[in-house]
Amino acid sequence: MIAQIIFIIILGAAIYLFSKNVAKIRRNILLGKDTDRKDQSALRWKVMAKIALGQTKMVKRPVATVMHFFIYAGFIIINLEVLEIMIDGVFGSHRIFANPLGGLYGFLIGAFEVLAVLVLTACIVFLCRRNVIHLKRFTGTEMTQWPKSDANYILITEILLMTAFLTMNAADYKLQLLHFGHYVSAGSFPVSSLLAPLLPDGASALVIAERVCWWFHIVGILCFLNYLPYSKHFHILLAFPNTYYSNLNPKGKFTNMASVTNEVKAMLDPSYAPENTGEPGRFGAKDVTDLTWKNLMEAYTCTECGRCTSVCPANITGKLLSPRKIMMDTRDRITEIGNNIDKHGKDYQDDKSLLDNYISREELWACTSCNACVEACPVNINPLEIITEMRRYIVMEESQAPASLNNMFSNVENNGAPWKYSQADRFNWTEEQ
Amino acid sequence: MENPKSEIKIPTMAEMAAQGKEPEILFWVGCAGSFDERARKITRDICKILHYVGISYAVLGTEENCTGDPAKRAGNEFLFQMQAMMNIQVLDGYNIKKIVTGCPHCFNTIKNEYPGLGGNYEVIHHTQLIQQLINDGKLKAEGGESFKGKRITYHDPCYLGRGNDVYEAPRAALDILDTELVEMKRCKSNGLCCGAGGAQMFKEPEPGKKDINIERIADVIEAKAQVVAAACPFCMTMLTDGLKNQDKEQEIKVLDIAEITARANGL
Repeated sequence: MIAQIIFIIILGAAIYLFSKNVAKIRRNILLGKDTDRKDQSALRWKVMAKIALGQTKMVKRPVATVMHFFIYAGFIIINLEVLEIMIDGVFGSHRIFANPLGGLYGFLIGAFEVLAVLVLTACIVFLCRRNVIHLKRFTGTEMTQWPKSDANYILITEILLMTAFLTMNAADYKLQLLHFGHYVSAGSFPVSSLLAPLLPDGASALVIAERVCWWFHIVGILCFLNYLPYSKHFHILLAFPNTYYSNLNPKGKFTNMASVTNEVKAMLDPSYAPENTGEPGRFGAKDVTDLTWKNLMEAYTCTECGRCTSVCPANITGKLLSPRKIMMDTRDRITEIGNNIDKHGKDYQDDKSLLDNYISREELWACTSCNACVEACPVNINPLEIITEMRRYIVMEESQAPASLNNMFSNVENNGAPWKYSQADRFNWTEEQ
Repeated sequence: MENPKSEIKIPTMAEMAAQGKEPEILFWVGCAGSFDERARKITRDICKILHYVGISYAVLGTEENCTGDPAKRAGNEFLFQMQAMMNIQVLDGYNIKKIVTGCPHCFNTIKNEYPGLGGNYEVIHHTQLIQQLINDGKLKAEGGESFKGKRITYHDPCYLGRGNDVYEAPRAALDILDTELVEMKRCKSNGLCCGAGGAQMFKEPEPGKKDINIERIADVIEAKAQVVAAACPFCMTMLTDGLKNQDKEQEIKVLDIAEITARANGL
């Protein structure tokens, strides 16, 4: 009875804390400007099913794909077991699904064990890739101590959870063989039966082992749940809405700024009465709140896998730009703004901005807008949109484009071509030179 | 053999309109195609192809103006929209419905970004036109230079490939040549940029270990290609410079899909 009460308190506290932190992230995301991503819902569901559920963009890197799939499948399917553990915890029952499911229960528990081994294997491989082989993709200026530790914490936690799950089953299996107490024969244990010889033979010691592992496993999961909002691992949740709200246009298409359209129309036709496009705001983005909520959602979705940076032509050739850093900086900055709101109220202004304090101009001007990063992202994140918005701010609000680009602008403006050629010579190509 | 190009008279929209005629398609030449010496050859080859298959077409000549693409990618949305609105006025003034471009940047801009500003046209890139002509049996690879057995690789321009998912049309134009078409390790949606996009063409690159076109040309050399086919005037410049930098311009040629098509047909 006491155990049940303790369990319910822990469960309630975990859910409460998690919802609070998720609400905070939601609020932070909604600090972004509005953008309409509600059209074509049928297509959006399809994109989400394909990209997030089906993980079709993962396949470009086969080793990572297979390993990631083990963890992904393990995570989703083993949740069925977590459901049973929750019910058992609240009602003080033991393996409550065993009776109603009958033979299927044995199959399921067996399948969970196999999955648990696959998850364990994948986590060990992933740890080796990061800490032993030192794969280039997991390095870079933005991969400082915290992002590296974050990745390791996630993998180690998953290893511990799976180990506890298997040890718990091993103890249960042994107790079942002893026909001890309520440990009636239920489930099949293809993996944990192999671990059983490592456990003590005494029933009371086994009960302790089983209970400790049970509590460690479920409390561990609840702690892990509350770690998510602080971690890149949050992608397991946000991957779904993020792909649902994907950009459905061709990647080459950049947004046309409505605020600019109004001004240009007024310039070309003085009698033009501008449509109301809402608050004037600034052109482009100096800080994260100038970006759209979708850009900010993407920042929270990023799991720092670095596929974007590894295909970025600027990064490959040694320039400062790293698309992953663009996303991580955006998330760090919006988190900072959110924390400021919590501490000092919603009108608080610090003297910082995404531009210059986080992302340098040198990074922004190195982009070739080639869309390789957008193509590479397994969850449809678009660093190029943020880069473009920041360029717009630098050019239109500050007039601080590199001098050569200013020359190009004035050529386009004065003679209709980015180079200094006369408009009158434009049709001279008919003659061979 | 008589050189057919001397016979070609390039029709302009203004002349056509004066005669009360409307061409089937407008050939949007682009700034590089109008001014860049190398790209001008490609422009003439596209005209030769159009002329050869007998499509009724015209160009804007001196009435054409930069689409605004480099301004937009660099963040100058004002300048882009000014250019776009002026161009839309000209295009609509001539009642233009269909456009073929010689440049993926013009193609992307007019196709994707002009509709939001009121300019609605059917826009294709010249490699798509060539593919269509091949499919319709109007264009073969006969009567000209033989590319048989040559190792050719194709460099995907970002704004044609990833930007607009056009991967097959340029390859279809190479397929009929009976060549040995080899892919580079980074191709199609994984293709590596030449380094010129996003207005980089008009500025010095940021400091780094090397230039992007040098990185890309290593892929070309690794593929052991004799010809690298391009479909964008900026890629053309970057690849050509890359080959020069690596002292490979004698062994490896950069040719646009339009040039290859024109040569294969003896145009």
